[in-house]
Amino acid sequence: MGRFVEELARAGVLLATGGLDRGTHVSASGGNITLTDGPFTESKEVIVSFALIEARSKDEAVELARRFWKIVGDGEGDIRQVYGPEG
Amino acid sequence: MTTDNAAAQRAVDAVWRIESARIIAGLTRLVRDVGLAEELAQDALVAALEQWPAEGIPARPGGWLMLTAKHRAIDRVRRDERLAGKLSLLGRELEAAQRSAPAEFDAVADDEPIDDDLLRLMFISCHPVLSAEARVALTLRLLGGLTTEEIARGLLTAEPTIAKRITRAKRTLASNEVPFEVPAPAARPARLASVLEVLYLIFNEGYSAMAGDDWMRPALCHEAVRLGRVLAGLMPEEPEVHGLVALMEIQSSRFPARLDADGLPVPLPELLARAGRPAEAAAEFRRAATLTRNGPERTMLLRRAGECDARG
Repeated sequence: MGRFVEELARAGVLLATGGLDRGTHVSASGGNITLTDGPFTESKEVIVSFALIEARSKDEAVELARRFWKIVGDGEGDIRQVYGPEG
Repeated sequence: MTTDNAAAQRAVDAVWRIESARIIAGLTRLVRDVGLAEELAQDALVAALEQWPAEGIPARPGGWLMLTAKHRAIDRVRRDERLAGKLSLLGRELEAAQRSAPAEFDAVADDEPIDDDLLRLMFISCHPVLSAEARVALTLRLLGGLTTEEIARGLLTAEPTIAKRITRAKRTLASNEVPFEVPAPAARPARLASVLEVLYLIFNEGYSAMAGDDWMRPALCHEAVRLGRVLAGLMPEEPEVHGLVALMEIQSSRFPARLDADGLPVPLPELLARAGRPAEAAAEFRRAATLTRNGPERTMLLRRAGECDARG
Protein backbone atom coordinates (compact mmCIF):
# COMPACT_ATOMS: atom_id res chain seq x y z
CA MET A 1 0.00 0.00 0.00
CA GLY A 2 2.85 2.39 0.81
CA ARG A 3 4.19 1.80 -2.67
CA PHE A 4 0.81 2.48 -4.24
CA VAL A 5 0.39 5.73 -2.31
CA GLU A 6 3.89 6.78 -3.29
CA GLU A 7 3.17 6.02 -6.94
CA LEU A 8 0.05 8.18 -6.85
CA ALA A 9 1.94 11.03 -5.26
CA ARG A 10 4.73 10.78 -7.81
CA ALA A 11 2.21 10.76 -10.63
CA GLY A 12 1.04 14.15 -9.39
CA VAL A 13 -2.42 12.77 -8.69
CA LEU A 14 -2.59 12.42 -4.90
CA LEU A 15 -3.31 15.61 -2.97
CA ALA A 16 -3.99 14.27 0.53
CA THR A 17 -4.82 11.15 2.49
CA GLY A 18 -6.01 10.68 6.02
CA GLY A 19 -7.58 8.35 8.51
CA LEU A 20 -10.81 9.32 10.23
CA ASP A 21 -11.75 8.51 13.80
CA ARG A 22 -15.33 7.78 14.83
CA GLY A 23 -15.82 11.42 15.69
CA THR A 24 -19.01 13.06 16.85
CA HIS A 25 -22.34 12.79 15.12
CA VAL A 26 -24.28 16.04 14.90
CA SER A 27 -28.01 16.06 14.36
CA ALA A 28 -29.94 19.29 13.83
CA SER A 29 -33.72 19.37 14.09
CA GLY A 30 -36.03 22.32 14.70
CA GLY A 31 -33.12 24.47 15.86
CA ASN A 32 -31.92 21.87 18.35
CA ILE A 33 -28.50 20.34 18.00
CA THR A 34 -27.94 16.81 19.33
CA LEU A 35 -24.45 15.39 19.68
CA THR A 36 -23.79 11.66 19.88
CA ASP A 37 -20.59 9.67 19.85
CA GLY A 38 -19.45 8.56 16.43
CA PRO A 39 -21.37 8.37 13.22
CA PHE A 40 -24.03 5.64 13.15
CA THR A 41 -22.79 3.74 16.20
CA GLU A 42 -24.81 0.66 15.28
CA SER A 43 -23.87 0.80 11.62
CA LYS A 44 -21.42 -1.58 10.03
CA GLU A 45 -20.48 1.06 7.50
CA VAL A 46 -18.11 3.63 8.89
CA ILE A 47 -15.84 5.78 6.77
CA VAL A 48 -12.35 5.16 8.13
CA SER A 49 -10.10 6.92 5.67
CA PHE A 50 -10.04 9.06 2.58
CA ALA A 51 -7.78 10.00 -0.29
CA LEU A 52 -8.14 13.29 -2.13
CA ILE A 53 -7.00 12.81 -5.71
CA GLU A 54 -6.99 15.04 -8.76
CA ALA A 55 -7.82 12.78 -11.69
CA ARG A 56 -8.32 13.90 -15.26
CA SER A 57 -11.56 12.00 -15.67
CA LYS A 58 -14.01 9.84 -13.77
CA ASP A 59 -12.66 6.81 -15.65
CA GLU A 60 -9.21 7.53 -14.28
CA ALA A 61 -10.56 7.84 -10.74
CA VAL A 62 -12.37 4.51 -11.18
CA GLU A 63 -9.19 2.83 -12.45
CA LEU A 64 -7.22 4.13 -9.45
CA ALA A 65 -9.97 2.93 -7.10
CA ARG A 66 -9.78 -0.50 -8.74
CA ARG A 67 -6.06 -0.65 -7.98
CA PHE A 68 -6.67 0.50 -4.40
CA TRP A 69 -9.19 -2.29 -3.74
CA LYS A 70 -6.93 -4.88 -5.34
CA ILE A 71 -4.49 -4.10 -2.56
CA VAL A 72 -6.97 -3.65 0.28
CA GLY A 73 -9.04 -6.76 -0.42
CA ASP A 74 -12.71 -6.90 0.60
CA GLY A 75 -14.51 -3.75 1.64
CA GLU A 76 -16.56 -0.86 0.37
CA GLY A 77 -15.94 2.71 -0.59
CA ASP A 78 -17.29 5.61 -2.55
CA ILE A 79 -15.88 7.79 -5.30
CA ARG A 80 -17.16 11.34 -4.95
CA GLN A 81 -16.34 14.42 -6.95
CA VAL A 82 -15.39 17.50 -4.96
CA TYR A 83 -16.83 20.73 -6.34
CA GLY A 84 -14.82 23.90 -5.94
CA PRO A 85 -16.24 27.24 -4.79
CA GLU A 86 -18.68 28.65 -7.34
CA GLY A 87 -17.54 31.59 -9.42
CA MET B 1 -20.41 -0.90 -30.07
CA THR B 2 -22.24 -2.27 -27.04
CA THR B 3 -22.35 -0.45 -23.73
CA ASP B 4 -20.00 -3.01 -22.21
CA ASN B 5 -17.51 -2.48 -24.98
CA ALA B 6 -17.74 1.28 -24.59
CA ALA B 7 -17.13 0.94 -20.85
CA ALA B 8 -14.15 -1.33 -21.47
CA GLN B 9 -12.74 1.10 -24.00
CA ARG B 10 -13.06 3.96 -21.50
CA ALA B 11 -11.27 1.83 -18.91
CA VAL B 12 -8.46 1.10 -21.38
CA ASP B 13 -8.21 4.82 -22.18
CA ALA B 14 -7.94 5.61 -18.46
CA VAL B 15 -5.16 3.06 -18.03
CA TRP B 16 -3.40 4.53 -21.04
CA ARG B 17 -3.55 8.04 -19.61
CA ILE B 18 -2.10 6.77 -16.34
CA GLU B 19 0.59 4.49 -17.76
CA SER B 20 1.59 5.71 -21.22
CA ALA B 21 4.38 8.09 -20.21
CA ARG B 22 6.11 5.44 -18.11
CA ILE B 23 5.75 2.82 -20.83
CA ILE B 24 7.08 5.10 -23.56
CA ALA B 25 9.92 6.15 -21.24
CA GLY B 26 10.90 2.54 -20.48
CA LEU B 27 10.70 1.57 -24.17
CA THR B 28 12.76 4.57 -25.27
CA ARG B 29 15.58 3.38 -23.04
CA LEU B 30 15.45 0.01 -24.79
CA VAL B 31 15.06 1.08 -28.41
CA ARG B 32 16.80 4.48 -28.19
CA ASP B 33 14.22 6.11 -30.42
CA VAL B 34 11.32 7.99 -28.94
CA GLY B 35 9.27 7.69 -32.14
CA LEU B 36 9.68 3.92 -32.35
CA ALA B 37 9.01 3.62 -28.61
CA GLU B 38 5.72 5.44 -28.99
CA GLU B 39 4.73 3.25 -31.96
CA LEU B 40 5.40 0.12 -29.93
CA ALA B 41 3.41 1.48 -27.01
CA GLN B 42 0.53 2.29 -29.36
CA ASP B 43 0.68 -1.26 -30.73
CA ALA B 44 0.34 -2.53 -27.17
CA LEU B 45 -2.62 -0.22 -26.63
CA VAL B 46 -4.34 -1.66 -29.71
CA ALA B 47 -3.73 -5.17 -28.35
CA ALA B 48 -5.25 -4.09 -25.02
CA LEU B 49 -8.33 -2.70 -26.78
CA GLU B 50 -8.75 -6.07 -28.50
CA GLN B 51 -8.16 -8.29 -25.49
CA TRP B 52 -9.23 -6.48 -22.32
CA PRO B 53 -12.93 -6.10 -23.12
CA ALA B 54 -13.16 -9.91 -23.37
CA GLU B 55 -10.62 -10.95 -20.76
CA GLY B 56 -10.89 -8.14 -18.25
CA ILE B 57 -8.23 -5.66 -17.19
CA PRO B 58 -5.07 -7.46 -15.99
CA ALA B 59 -3.92 -7.09 -12.40
CA ARG B 60 -1.01 -4.87 -13.44
CA PRO B 61 -2.16 -3.11 -16.59
CA GLY B 62 1.07 -1.13 -16.89
CA GLY B 63 3.17 -4.30 -16.73
CA TRP B 64 0.93 -5.96 -19.31
CA LEU B 65 1.26 -3.06 -21.75
CA MET B 66 5.01 -2.90 -21.23
CA LEU B 67 5.55 -6.60 -21.82
CA THR B 68 3.29 -6.60 -24.87
CA ALA B 69 5.21 -3.64 -26.30
CA LYS B 70 8.48 -5.50 -25.70
CA HIS B 71 7.13 -8.48 -27.61
CA ARG B 72 6.29 -6.18 -30.49
CA ALA B 73 9.82 -4.83 -30.34
CA ILE B 74 11.22 -8.35 -30.69
CA ASP B 75 8.92 -9.05 -33.64
CA ARG B 76 10.11 -5.88 -35.31
CA VAL B 77 13.74 -6.75 -34.75
CA ARG B 78 13.23 -10.19 -36.28
CA ARG B 79 11.43 -8.80 -39.31
CA ASP B 80 13.85 -5.99 -39.94
CA GLU B 81 17.58 -6.78 -40.03
CA ARG B 82 18.52 -3.13 -40.39
CA LEU B 83 16.56 -2.30 -37.26
CA ALA B 84 18.15 -5.28 -35.52
CA GLY B 85 21.61 -3.83 -36.12
CA LYS B 86 20.50 -0.47 -34.81
CA LEU B 87 18.85 -2.05 -31.81
CA SER B 88 21.56 -4.51 -30.85
CA LEU B 89 21.23 -3.06 -27.37
CA LEU B 90 17.92 -4.84 -27.04
CA GLY B 91 19.62 -8.22 -27.06
CA ARG B 92 19.02 -10.62 -24.27
CA GLU B 93 16.80 -8.36 -22.23
CA LEU B 94 14.04 -8.59 -24.82
CA GLU B 95 14.49 -12.31 -25.33
CA ALA B 96 14.17 -12.80 -21.61
CA ALA B 97 11.04 -10.69 -21.52
CA GLN B 98 9.45 -12.82 -24.21
CA ARG B 99 10.10 -16.02 -22.32
CA SER B 100 8.54 -14.78 -19.11
CA ALA B 101 5.06 -16.04 -18.39
CA PRO B 102 2.10 -13.73 -17.76
CA ALA B 103 2.43 -14.49 -14.06
CA GLU B 104 5.72 -12.64 -14.12
CA PHE B 105 4.19 -9.36 -15.25
CA ASP B 106 4.58 -8.02 -11.74
CA ALA B 107 8.29 -8.66 -11.68
CA VAL B 108 8.76 -7.12 -15.10
CA ALA B 109 6.87 -4.01 -14.09
CA ASP B 110 8.53 -3.64 -10.71
CA ASP B 111 12.08 -4.10 -11.86
CA GLU B 112 12.07 -1.21 -14.27
CA PRO B 113 14.05 1.83 -13.16
CA ILE B 114 11.17 3.85 -14.54
CA ASP B 115 11.65 7.08 -12.62
CA ASP B 116 14.96 7.82 -14.33
CA ASP B 117 13.44 6.99 -17.69
CA LEU B 118 10.53 9.32 -17.05
CA LEU B 119 12.93 12.16 -16.24
CA ARG B 120 14.92 11.42 -19.41
CA LEU B 121 11.69 11.47 -21.40
CA MET B 122 10.89 14.93 -20.03
CA PHE B 123 14.31 16.24 -20.96
CA ILE B 124 14.20 14.77 -24.46
CA SER B 125 10.65 16.03 -25.15
CA CYS B 126 11.74 19.51 -24.09
CA HIS B 127 15.12 19.44 -25.84
CA PRO B 128 16.27 22.87 -27.06
CA VAL B 129 16.95 21.42 -30.53
CA LEU B 130 13.14 21.59 -30.91
CA SER B 131 11.10 24.77 -31.29
CA ALA B 132 9.01 25.78 -28.29
CA GLU B 133 5.76 24.80 -30.03
CA ALA B 134 7.21 21.41 -31.02
CA ARG B 135 8.30 20.83 -27.42
CA VAL B 136 4.81 21.68 -26.14
CA ALA B 137 3.09 19.30 -28.57
CA LEU B 138 5.56 16.47 -28.01
CA THR B 139 5.38 16.81 -24.21
CA LEU B 140 1.58 16.70 -24.24
CA ARG B 141 1.73 13.64 -26.46
CA LEU B 142 4.48 11.64 -24.73
CA LEU B 143 4.12 12.72 -21.11
CA GLY B 144 0.47 13.76 -21.02
CA GLY B 145 -0.76 10.76 -23.02
CA LEU B 146 -3.01 13.10 -25.02
CA THR B 147 -4.11 12.21 -28.54
CA THR B 148 -3.19 14.44 -31.48
CA GLU B 149 -6.83 15.48 -31.66
CA GLU B 150 -6.92 16.48 -27.98
CA ILE B 151 -3.70 18.47 -28.32
CA ALA B 152 -5.07 20.25 -31.40
CA ARG B 153 -8.26 21.19 -29.53
CA GLY B 154 -6.29 22.36 -26.51
CA LEU B 155 -3.95 24.54 -28.56
CA LEU B 156 -6.65 25.80 -30.98
CA THR B 157 -4.62 24.41 -33.86
CA ALA B 158 -5.61 22.18 -36.78
CA GLU B 159 -5.10 18.48 -36.12
CA PRO B 160 -2.88 17.83 -39.21
CA THR B 161 -0.64 20.72 -38.10
CA ILE B 162 -0.12 19.13 -34.68
CA ALA B 163 0.42 15.69 -36.25
CA LYS B 164 3.10 17.14 -38.55
CA ARG B 165 4.68 19.04 -35.67
CA ILE B 166 4.99 15.88 -33.58
CA THR B 167 6.31 13.76 -36.46
CA ARG B 168 8.89 16.40 -37.35
CA ALA B 169 9.93 16.75 -33.70
CA LYS B 170 10.59 13.00 -33.42
CA ARG B 171 12.56 13.08 -36.67
CA THR B 172 14.62 16.05 -35.46
CA LEU B 173 15.48 14.22 -32.24
CA ALA B 174 16.53 11.14 -34.24
CA SER B 175 18.55 12.97 -36.89
CA ASN B 176 20.38 14.99 -34.23
CA GLU B 177 21.01 11.78 -32.32
CA VAL B 178 19.80 13.44 -29.14
CA PRO B 179 20.77 11.05 -26.33
CA PHE B 180 18.13 9.68 -23.96
CA GLU B 181 19.72 10.97 -20.77
CA VAL B 182 19.46 13.33 -17.85
CA PRO B 183 21.83 16.17 -18.80
CA ALA B 184 25.20 16.46 -17.05
CA PRO B 185 25.35 18.97 -14.18
CA ALA B 186 26.99 21.67 -16.32
CA ALA B 187 24.21 21.56 -18.91
CA ARG B 188 21.40 20.94 -16.46
CA PRO B 189 20.31 24.49 -15.55
CA ALA B 190 19.77 25.46 -19.20
CA ARG B 191 18.09 22.15 -20.04
CA LEU B 192 15.87 22.34 -16.97
CA ALA B 193 14.88 25.89 -17.91
CA SER B 194 13.74 24.50 -21.25
CA VAL B 195 11.53 21.93 -19.50
CA LEU B 196 10.06 24.52 -17.14
CA GLU B 197 9.36 26.85 -20.04
CA VAL B 198 7.34 24.13 -21.75
CA LEU B 199 5.29 23.43 -18.62
CA TYR B 200 4.55 27.12 -18.17
CA LEU B 201 3.62 27.53 -21.85
CA ILE B 202 1.15 24.66 -21.47
CA PHE B 203 -0.22 26.21 -18.29
CA ASN B 204 -0.66 29.65 -19.88
CA GLU B 205 -2.36 28.16 -22.90
CA GLY B 206 -4.99 26.73 -20.55
CA TYR B 207 -5.12 29.83 -18.38
CA SER B 208 -6.08 32.03 -21.32
CA ALA B 209 -9.12 29.87 -22.07
CA MET B 210 -12.31 31.86 -22.41
CA ALA B 211 -16.00 31.14 -21.96
CA GLY B 212 -17.29 28.74 -24.58
CA ASP B 213 -13.86 27.26 -25.22
CA ASP B 214 -13.43 23.54 -25.49
CA TRP B 215 -12.93 21.93 -22.05
CA MET B 216 -9.56 20.67 -23.32
CA ARG B 217 -8.17 24.21 -22.91
CA PRO B 218 -8.55 24.63 -19.15
CA ALA B 219 -7.58 20.95 -18.82
CA LEU B 220 -4.13 21.99 -20.05
CA CYS B 221 -3.63 23.91 -16.78
CA HIS B 222 -4.27 20.76 -14.76
CA GLU B 223 -1.95 18.82 -17.02
CA ALA B 224 0.85 21.39 -16.57
CA VAL B 225 0.43 21.34 -12.78
CA ARG B 226 0.39 17.54 -12.76
CA LEU B 227 3.55 17.32 -14.87
CA GLY B 228 5.13 19.94 -12.60
CA ARG B 229 4.36 17.78 -9.56
CA VAL B 230 5.80 14.74 -11.32
CA LEU B 231 8.97 16.69 -12.13
CA ALA B 232 9.21 17.96 -8.54
CA GLY B 233 9.01 14.34 -7.38
CA LEU B 234 11.78 13.34 -9.79
CA MET B 235 14.02 16.32 -8.98
CA PRO B 236 13.16 17.20 -5.39
CA GLU B 237 16.41 19.10 -4.96
CA GLU B 238 15.71 21.64 -7.72
CA PRO B 239 14.21 24.84 -6.24
CA GLU B 240 13.17 26.17 -9.67
CA VAL B 241 10.82 23.23 -10.14
CA HIS B 242 9.11 23.77 -6.79
CA GLY B 243 8.91 27.48 -7.59
CA LEU B 244 7.10 26.86 -10.87
CA VAL B 245 4.70 24.35 -9.30
CA ALA B 246 3.90 26.85 -6.55
CA LEU B 247 3.31 29.59 -9.12
CA MET B 248 0.97 27.39 -11.16
CA GLU B 249 -0.88 26.21 -8.04
CA ILE B 250 -1.47 29.75 -6.79
CA GLN B 251 -2.68 30.88 -10.21
CA SER B 252 -4.96 27.83 -10.38
CA SER B 253 -6.44 28.80 -7.03
CA ARG B 254 -7.82 31.92 -8.70
CA PHE B 255 -9.85 29.98 -11.27
CA PRO B 256 -13.14 30.13 -9.41
CA ALA B 257 -12.74 33.86 -8.73
CA ARG B 258 -11.76 35.08 -12.18
CA LEU B 259 -14.72 33.64 -14.07
CA ASP B 260 -18.40 33.98 -13.18
CA ALA B 261 -20.98 31.18 -13.26
CA ASP B 262 -21.31 31.61 -17.04
CA GLY B 263 -17.55 31.35 -17.58
CA LEU B 264 -17.19 35.07 -18.36
CA PRO B 265 -14.24 37.02 -16.89
CA VAL B 266 -14.99 38.88 -13.66
CA PRO B 267 -13.88 42.54 -13.99
CA LEU B 268 -11.49 44.03 -11.46
CA PRO B 269 -14.05 46.13 -9.52
CA GLU B 270 -16.25 43.07 -9.02
CA LEU B 271 -13.23 41.07 -7.88
CA LEU B 272 -12.42 43.76 -5.31
CA ALA B 273 -16.04 43.85 -4.13
CA ARG B 274 -16.02 40.05 -3.71
CA ALA B 275 -12.71 40.25 -1.86
CA GLY B 276 -14.32 42.47 0.77
CA ARG B 277 -12.59 45.70 -0.34
CA PRO B 278 -15.66 47.89 -1.06
CA ALA B 279 -13.90 51.30 -0.99
CA GLU B 280 -11.40 50.27 -3.66
CA ALA B 281 -14.17 48.55 -5.63
CA ALA B 282 -16.29 51.74 -5.56
CA ALA B 283 -13.32 53.78 -6.83
CA GLU B 284 -12.77 51.32 -9.70
CA PHE B 285 -16.47 51.36 -10.63
CA ARG B 286 -16.35 55.18 -10.76
CA ARG B 287 -13.21 55.11 -12.90
CA ALA B 288 -14.94 52.73 -15.30
CA ALA B 289 -18.02 54.99 -15.34
CA THR B 290 -15.94 57.98 -16.44
CA LEU B 291 -14.39 55.93 -19.27
CA THR B 292 -17.51 54.41 -20.81
CA ARG B 293 -19.36 56.13 -23.71
CA ASN B 294 -22.43 54.00 -23.03
CA GLY B 295 -25.11 55.77 -20.97
CA PRO B 296 -26.94 52.77 -19.49
CA GLU B 297 -23.63 51.13 -18.65
CA ARG B 298 -22.48 54.30 -16.85
CA THR B 299 -25.70 54.27 -14.81
CA MET B 300 -25.15 50.62 -13.91
CA LEU B 301 -21.51 51.22 -12.91
CA LEU B 302 -22.41 54.20 -10.73
CA ARG B 303 -25.15 52.14 -9.07
CA ARG B 304 -22.61 49.40 -8.28
CA ALA B 305 -20.26 52.10 -6.89
CA GLY B 306 -23.08 53.33 -4.65
CA GLU B 307 -23.76 49.78 -3.44
CA CYS B 308 -20.09 49.38 -2.55
CA ASP B 309 -20.12 52.72 -0.70
CA ALA B 310 -23.05 51.46 1.35
CA ARG B 311 -21.08 48.36 2.34
CA GLY B 312 -17.85 50.28 3.09
